[in-house]
Amino acid sequence: MYLFITGPLLWFSFLFFIIGCVVHVILYINGLDWKLDRVTYTKNIPYGLNGAARSVFFWLIPYGTQSWRNNPAFTLIVFLFHFGILFTPLFLNAHQVILRERWGINLWAIPDSLADVLTLCVIATALILLLRRIALPSVRILSTFHDIVVLVIAVLPFITGFLAYHQVSDSQFWLMLHVLSGELMLIAIPLSKLSHVVKFFCSRVQLGIDFGVKRGGMKSGGMKW
Amino acid sequence: MAQGTLCNRQPINTEETLQALLADTQGKIYYKEMQELDVDTTALGLLIEKTCKSRIRTWLSICAKCGLCADSCFFYLANNHDPEQVPAHKIQSTLGELVRRKGNVDNAFMIRAMDIAWGKCTCCNRCSIYCPMGIGMGVMFSYLRGLCFSQGFVPWEMKIGSGMHRIYRAQMDITSEDWVDTCEWMVEENEEEYPQLEIPMDKENSDIIYTVNAREPKHYPEDIGDAAILFHIAGENWTVPSKGWEETSLAMFAGDWEGATMQVKEVYGAIDRLKPKRMVVTECGHAYRATVIEGPYWAGLESGKTPVETLHYVEWVLEALKTGKLKIDPAKKIKEPVTYQDSCNYIRNGGLSTVGREIMSFIAEDFREMKPCKEHNFCCGGGGGLNGIGRYRQQRNVGMKIKRDQILETGAKLVITPCHNCWDAIRDIEEVYKLGIRWSFLKPLLLSMVIVPAHLKPTEE
Repeated sequence: MYLFITGPLLWFSFLFFIIGCVVHVILYINGLDWKLDRVTYTKNIPYGLNGAARSVFFWLIPYGTQSWRNNPAFTLIVFLFHFGILFTPLFLNAHQVILRERWGINLWAIPDSLADVLTLCVIATALILLLRRIALPSVRILSTFHDIVVLVIAVLPFITGFLAYHQVSDSQFWLMLHVLSGELMLIAIPLSKLSHVVKFFCSRVQLGIDFGVKRGGMKSGGMKW
Repeated sequence: MAQGTLCNRQPINTEETLQALLADTQGKIYYKEMQELDVDTTALGLLIEKTCKSRIRTWLSICAKCGLCADSCFFYLANNHDPEQVPAHKIQSTLGELVRRKGNVDNAFMIRAMDIAWGKCTCCNRCSIYCPMGIGMGVMFSYLRGLCFSQGFVPWEMKIGSGMHRIYRAQMDITSEDWVDTCEWMVEENEEEYPQLEIPMDKENSDIIYTVNAREPKHYPEDIGDAAILFHIAGENWTVPSKGWEETSLAMFAGDWEGATMQVKEVYGAIDRLKPKRMVVTECGHAYRATVIEGPYWAGLESGKTPVETLHYVEWVLEALKTGKLKIDPAKKIKEPVTYQDSCNYIRNGGLSTVGREIMSFIAEDFREMKPCKEHNFCCGGGGGLNGIGRYRQQRNVGMKIKRDQILETGAKLVITPCHNCWDAIRDIEEVYKLGIRWSFLKPLLLSMVIVPAHLKPTEE
């Protein structure tokens, strides 16, 4: 069982994740239509690139946009959550050991204590996001079951990983669950709105080009996000 | 398939149907018929399949439901943070549902969609710049309007407006003869004070072709006179076309893309015929949006640009002030506190945010910014056609509270509004809320302070 979920199933999950994301991007680009969207994607390219870069860059910077600045606490939570989700699994010591043992790849690893802090950050911020979803009427009205499920899927590998590492009760059980929940997340990304892993960039680039080549970018130098 | 005599899926293409619709005071019969109007779900589904591509489908599917758009919407703020007014909710519960159900919706759904698309959104696009995911909700509401229009679920005034464009190539029943007569009349009105004043009609190869909003010949002809005098003082080589003079597009507000295309082609036709070097658009926001920003796409111009370079009127004013074509008498500059209304259509969606400020530095001594301003400014409250729709008048008046408070906070009693929609909305803010404010286009203000060169003044007998 353990061999299966850390072998073929792991490969399948990664392939599904990567191919799914690539397909999403290809379908997105294929579906763009300059006449229907009323955006000349292939004209005035320097302005389009400027618009696209601005549209992505300022939104990736904490407090880089007026919207982020208007919501300081939420911005902090969102950035902590996403930083933890992306950074922790990539540079976790235990993951690095697997990479080293299987392929001989040596990457920098973060101390386990930092990984713990980041993991708790992910769990805590996810909880806050969930409570916010329930508590604020303006967010509650938007929320669907899907929104809650994807949050749970995203945070499950962190909860299980934390329990496995700290050997709470049966660590082998938690380890198995951790690997499975990680695989679930990878498979869920192309199938759910977790696909914003790539579609965030598609959407931001598209809107950036729109503002860059059409809605003022050629006269103003770029939208002041 | 139940179709009303007035409320139906057919756009207005004849004088007769237009007159019948106009005769239905306040659209009473029209809206009654709408209650019975069937939805052609097959056609709607096909239209969605054909026109709803990856951009909109992605926007609908990746919404993180974070609610950051809520506070960006003046309707949400003005309605005591009513969750029903959250932009993401408004679009998900209308267009989102329509797409998910592939157009399989009923009459009640479409009426609700119409009431939201026109009554709870002005397509100001402010929420689009507050959404982390880059979801263009204003663009989607505009698309939703198109779907509603295709099924006949469109506010009475918008149906009339789109019909006007289809019949007269103007948002009002102004013929080419009416327009030419108005221009001649305005020359006569002002020639005593400006003896060589002219409004050159259909002059080829001029530096500027000037195009207007049909409200000007219909209701505010002095605006045309003012524009002529300012071009005259500035020594411009300009013209107006006898056909293709109307820049606005109620068809755009109505979601009537065919009508919008007919309208904009008329203007580009005038450019092709008269071969001017540049085009200047009057002080109107949506006219600029329709003819300069969206128009090239409707007309199928792959450059995405108008046939010749186009300036909004504020750009021409700034250029004339900077080059000294228009000189301001320092003693006549505006002394009192004054503020400036940023039109969504050419500021947030047109990139002209700094132009107004530079103009203010020439003409005003105590200029005060609204907060927020420029790209982040709030809609006047009446954009997107909302000013003209009786069915949503009360909702509009509530929404205008945000602009009212913004103006009050500046302490200014004079609001400069280089946009017809904003001008109307701020006039109505005064009418509804009695703030004691005044509002003005740039042209009359400039005329009151510009230095008239001696050779243009009447010679004393």
